[in-house]
Amino acid sequence: MNNETDWDYLVPLLQKAFGETLWMVSISLLIAGVAGLALGLAVYVTRRGNFLENRIVFTVLNLLINTIRPIPFIIFVFAVGPLTMALVGRTIGIEAAIPPMAIMAAVAFARLVEQNLVALDPGVVEAARAMGASRWRIVWSVLIPEALGPLILAFTFLTIAVIDMSAVVGMIGAGGLGDFAIRHGYQRFNWEVVWATVAIIIVLVQLVQVLGNALARKALRR
Amino acid sequence: MDHAPITPTTTPRSTTPPPVSAPPATAGPAMTARGLAKRFGTTTALAGVDVDLDGGRSLAVMGPSGSGKSTLLHCLAGILVPDAGTVTLRGREVGTLGERERSLLRRRHYGFVFQFGQLLSELPAIENIALPSMLLGANRRQATELAAQWMHSLGLAGMEQRRPGELSGGQAQRVAVARALITGPAVVFADEPTGALDQATGAEVMRVLTETTRAAGAALVVVTHDATVAGWCDESIEMRDGTVVDRGVLR
Ligand SMILES: Nc1ncnc2c1ncn2[C@@H]1O[C@H](COP(=O)(O)OP(=O)(O)O)[C@@H](O)[C@H]1O
Ligand SMILES: [Mg+2]
Repeated sequence: MNNETDWDYLVPLLQKAFGETLWMVSISLLIAGVAGLALGLAVYVTRRGNFLENRIVFTVLNLLINTIRPIPFIIFVFAVGPLTMALVGRTIGIEAAIPPMAIMAAVAFARLVEQNLVALDPGVVEAARAMGASRWRIVWSVLIPEALGPLILAFTFLTIAVIDMSAVVGMIGAGGLGDFAIRHGYQRFNWEVVWATVAIIIVLVQLVQVLGNALARKALRR
Repeated sequence: MDHAPITPTTTPRSTTPPPVSAPPATAGPAMTARGLAKRFGTTTALAGVDVDLDGGRSLAVMGPSGSGKSTLLHCLAGILVPDAGTVTLRGREVGTLGERERSLLRRRHYGFVFQFGQLLSELPAIENIALPSMLLGANRRQATELAAQWMHSLGLAGMEQRRPGELSGGQAQRVAVARALITGPAVVFADEPTGALDQATGAEVMRVLTETTRAAGAALVVVTHDATVAGWCDESIEMRDGTVVDRGVLR
């Protein structure tokens, strides 16, 4: 359509889209980080043989995670529409992107947290119990420090997955870089805009990965 | 914290048991158990066991695998509640206290050394030692200072920042000994503390364990199936099928 890209017009829009992506990703990660950590811990401690063993709670939480996780995100966004409506009062726009992103990310993080905790030496938890550490102390003084490095890497992985999700929610008018690339690039056959946006996303993902790796390395040898 | 200050030992290194004449720092019965019984389903793990522990003295619990040694240690330490019998700590019945109170008791009055140390692999040695003290409410600085003193007196100076993976088996067990003693416990429980070590290293760990608990005036219970290891203790009991079949005073 147009061979001349009007960057004077597009740059402010690109900046706005970048801001929207950062906002969506940050809020979703904040919620998913807290909720996913809690959910992952809950599944771990209620697992058979662990110190808050509870079959009902474990089964329900495990089923919840297993049910949500395999749903393709693009479908999940619409499937949770009623819940989104109830939570934020609308099903389109940037606010409407938060519930599906946060829920899907929380569930993914919960599984990552649980897997990293299961990989710990159970003898260490037994020892802490023998020493009379309370349940909360075991969580904060044993489980989290022991799994800190892998948990940071898991959160890094999650951040990148959430950046990926943020491109999909453009469909429901949430804006962001993915939406920008489609509306101003793809739909107008302007590949220059598409590739410029892709480059920005690649740099963003690389920055997250480098930062995550550095933090994990620091945690692994304090 | 409500415990006596530590008394680090400065005895020279040796890998043979100290002379039989070593004076026991007896300070009245620390712990007494009468008629301890425990079943797991149809298995009788303990069938009426009596134990007397004095402060500053050590007891080796010997016997073949499955004879009930660990179950006895767990009942004495309040990790398990016996089906029958009593456990008293300094005259107070503690065997049948509730979960929460037993947990507090373990934190405050007992120290533990496990077969594989069970140190937190991501924490430096000094923080591993400081942990029980922090569980008792000491702040990080106090706990770390105390841990540093313990490391120094157990010949671990300079290894404060090493992680368990960077220590030898013997060093890791000495860290475990320091961790067991940092809170000034009345009783130290050790389940196969040399089980993962070679003979010489095991002897060295037993020397450090018996000397430091004796110097601290704590009673020590060591579960082992190795007679050489038991030889470091003041007394021994031999178990078979949940009962004590032999008792001996070694020194
Ligand atoms: N938690 C448990 N559940 C079922 N049986 C157990 C349990 N703990 C110990 N036992 C059984 O009790 C007996 C004594 O075990 P234990 O005290 O561990 O012996 P030891 O430490 O001398 O090897 C064994 O027959 C063992 O199988
Ligand atoms: Mg055993």
